[in-house]
Amino acid sequence: MNLNDHKVPEVVNTPSRFRNPIGKYRLSRSKECIACGKCVEVCPYGVHEKKRGRVVTRNAYRCTGPDCASPCTKECPVNALSLRKNPTFDTMGDFRWTPDLLASTWHMAETGRVPPGGLEYRTGASDGGFDKLRLVLPLSGKDQPVEDGEVDVSVDLNRRQDHAHRVKIEVPFYGGGMSYGSVSITTMLSRIKAASALGTFCCTGEGGYPDELKPYDDHVITQVATGLFGVREETIKRVKIVEFKYAQGAKPGLGGHLLGDKVTPGVARMREAVVGFPLFSPFPFHSVYSVEDHKKHVDWIKAINSQALVSVKVSTPTDVDMVAVGSYYAGAHIIHLDGSYGGTGAAPDIAKKNIAMPIEYALPKVHRFLMEEGVRDKITVIASGGIRTAHDVAKIIALGADAVCTGTADLVALECIRCHNCESGRGCARGIATTDAELMNLIDLEWGTQRIINLFLAWRKELVRILKRLGMKSVRELVGRTDCLVHLDYMGKKASSA
Amino acid sequence: MPKRYAIHTKPVPHRFKAITPSGIIAWEEGCLKCAVCVKKRCVYKVYEQRSLDSRQMVDSIDNQCMNCLRCVQGCPKELIHKSSNPEFKSMGDTHWTPDIIARLWYQAETGKIPVSGAGYPGPFSGPGFDAMWTDMSEIVRPTRDGIHGREYISTAVDLGKTPRHLVFNDQGELVSHVPEVVDVPIPILMRIPSFGSISEETIRGWAMAAKRLGTFLSLPSSLVKKNLSSYRSHLMPRLPEGRLKSGRGFKGYRLVELSWTEDWDERLQTVRKHLPLALICVHLPMEKGVRRKALALARAGVSIIHLEATHGGRALDDESTTMKDVLRAVHRTLIDEGIRDEMTLLASGGIAMAEHVAKAMLCGADAVVIDFPILVALECRMCRRCAAGLSCPVEIDKAPPVWVASRVYNLFGAFYNQLLEVMGAMGIRDARRLRGEVGRAMFFEELDGPVFGSLGEVKEGYELE
Repeated sequence: MNLNDHKVPEVVNTPSRFRNPIGKYRLSRSKECIACGKCVEVCPYGVHEKKRGRVVTRNAYRCTGPDCASPCTKECPVNALSLRKNPTFDTMGDFRWTPDLLASTWHMAETGRVPPGGLEYRTGASDGGFDKLRLVLPLSGKDQPVEDGEVDVSVDLNRRQDHAHRVKIEVPFYGGGMSYGSVSITTMLSRIKAASALGTFCCTGEGGYPDELKPYDDHVITQVATGLFGVREETIKRVKIVEFKYAQGAKPGLGGHLLGDKVTPGVARMREAVVGFPLFSPFPFHSVYSVEDHKKHVDWIKAINSQALVSVKVSTPTDVDMVAVGSYYAGAHIIHLDGSYGGTGAAPDIAKKNIAMPIEYALPKVHRFLMEEGVRDKITVIASGGIRTAHDVAKIIALGADAVCTGTADLVALECIRCHNCESGRGCARGIATTDAELMNLIDLEWGTQRIINLFLAWRKELVRILKRLGMKSVRELVGRTDCLVHLDYMGKKASSA
Repeated sequence: MPKRYAIHTKPVPHRFKAITPSGIIAWEEGCLKCAVCVKKRCVYKVYEQRSLDSRQMVDSIDNQCMNCLRCVQGCPKELIHKSSNPEFKSMGDTHWTPDIIARLWYQAETGKIPVSGAGYPGPFSGPGFDAMWTDMSEIVRPTRDGIHGREYISTAVDLGKTPRHLVFNDQGELVSHVPEVVDVPIPILMRIPSFGSISEETIRGWAMAAKRLGTFLSLPSSLVKKNLSSYRSHLMPRLPEGRLKSGRGFKGYRLVELSWTEDWDERLQTVRKHLPLALICVHLPMEKGVRRKALALARAGVSIIHLEATHGGRALDDESTTMKDVLRAVHRTLIDEGIRDEMTLLASGGIAMAEHVAKAMLCGADAVVIDFPILVALECRMCRRCAAGLSCPVEIDKAPPVWVASRVYNLFGAFYNQLLEVMGAMGIRDARRLRGEVGRAMFFEELDGPVFGSLGEVKEGYELE
């Protein structure tokens, strides 16, 4: 396979699969309406439609509210239109994924473009870390003369330059592990097909490697985790990247747990387990108590598939820098740090909030330590756990990552509303994280694939725009460039905010 | 190993309908009467199970809705909406947030630990305990068969003095005096909250729970009524101000509490004389001079010091100082003076979640004392109507003691299991070792500045995005 010939996929407009997409604003049309069509004419977003002599408000979710340059409410000759905030909007989301971030992600998944206004699509409201960091860009208009096509956002994953595959990803992100069982096969396939189209990868998670994935082998990362579910010699041989999962950010230091309800016959077969019984993935690898033990694991993979890249996924304890260096010396190509704010599966709230440090602290620590050890250019550093936007990607790369892993963003593209009930009853009521036959059918594979492609094309475009403004020709130039960042809490008094 | 401690929870239903974060608004006007209405297709069957609570005249629907928004997004006339509930948002205060209150209700009802999917939804950090994280170990495990395995994690702690060393004579007999300690299987004690619609029956319920859990309930001695006589071994009466004339009425207690007053030394002597068998705990408010006072008490041989913060977990005289800061300072002072092991530190005020227990211990407490959680477990909404002399909307004072005890028992069960989760991740299998173990904690102050402190410069001709 020659990834250099990669062709960027096309955006295909892919609207919501629900009848009433949720927007920030609601427009009501009173009986005064004379169907003059003025609103249809002035609205830049196609909110209103003329239909059989009547005018109706069809796509209120696209309305940008007060940000609109030609508001229909003002243009209407009979004042028949009134704008107000959609009450449902504020019941969604949370500090990290604000309603604005959810809606803007949906917009990107539909159109492949960032929202034209009305929504804060760059940062959330967690009041720290990513949400307090801002990119420092030369004033607009002073852009360096770099053409769109000249900006390279690809990343080489094999920096050891050894005999393993020279894998390159065309965008600085790939899909994090979500197991078959925790999400539906349609969700899994949508992610992998999108990864394949985008020239990147997607991880299977710890739940086996369903045959449906075979056509995309070159874009699959298979996971070897503590439960060893679905790990076979044959699956290790099939892929270019094998990921060891030591821990995950959502529940660091705790094992995985698939509730009995989710162990359907399909899942049980894949995991070689019994239908209806809960499955535990213990913590940690009971065969690994040191870097030397870890090296045995890496060697074991290399003995089965000598050309595979080895990725090591760990969470973010105090000594994460030592863990990273240890992984390098054990032979890993990729060190993947999973911060505590991400995760898609169920985890105790106490673990998600408290255990291990935020990725924004861990990543610079690891980057610096690898530099001091003189091995930073020999290993790829991947960050995950709370990467929500293209701006988060740029920020974490500037803090020292080479690329990132996404998870929740993919699900939001499939219209996850973050109700946090992935595990209750039959699973996700919106058909994303479920193995229930009826609920699974809520998603069409083509639709899901295109939504994820659209989202990441929008991210890609944003990254290219940011890099251009920084005068950079490659995303690789941004790695560790903390001078491109400012933290609002520490910002000098004379600096002004845009 | 000694017998394993276990809390066997079972669901204890609430008596009133809980206040929910959001509500369903469904208009009838304009309904098309579709053959298959979205309400019929609700995955959680919310619309089919709805009922009217005759006592409160409250529709049960909002309590069952799981916020999937399928009906909102499916109704062809867009007649269904969800809307935030202002009553929910206005519950509690900045420390006892609506979210914390709702989660305490859940734990008291189910006995389960709060679990959710889709990542952490909260703020990056915050004041006090929100500005610290607990560490985890990538490879070290406290036990070989999981946190609930046969080889278990112990949450027991000792209240009292630990001898520094033991002395034996030539015959191998113990000659040093071993001070009395009281062993509690869980590092959480209870005390009566400073407000609440509390009746004698409520207190009896709490005492029942304390006994069943093997822990203690601290209460002013004036509240110790006859109906509590069988729970004596698990009560910690706070002696009245002034000098104790005799030990009458206080026999049989293993622990007694004294308030801090300037003449504490004298009062201590009289209590020791009249109640030679009881361990004495002195209440010390977290305020200016707390380190000096704690040191004086420890030097005088007081075996337990109970440091008390405001109900929001702050110092009494300074809103900007949190329990975390005071505990770390007092703990440090006592270590520097070499007498930390000769006494036990309890901490109370603002302990609202299981994580606060572990964090207070990491900051230096041996155990904590909770107050409002045992009230919120009884469905308290922290509306403070009781403090204004009005009736309690959830009639806590009328709750039967057995129900009270079971709800609190469930809450402890959930806290216990959460403690196991964080201890397991930290690689610690004995709660005694949590105390002051800051090496297993990470603090905002120590992380944020070094990582982001240098990111303050914005050069001329640059803008932020």
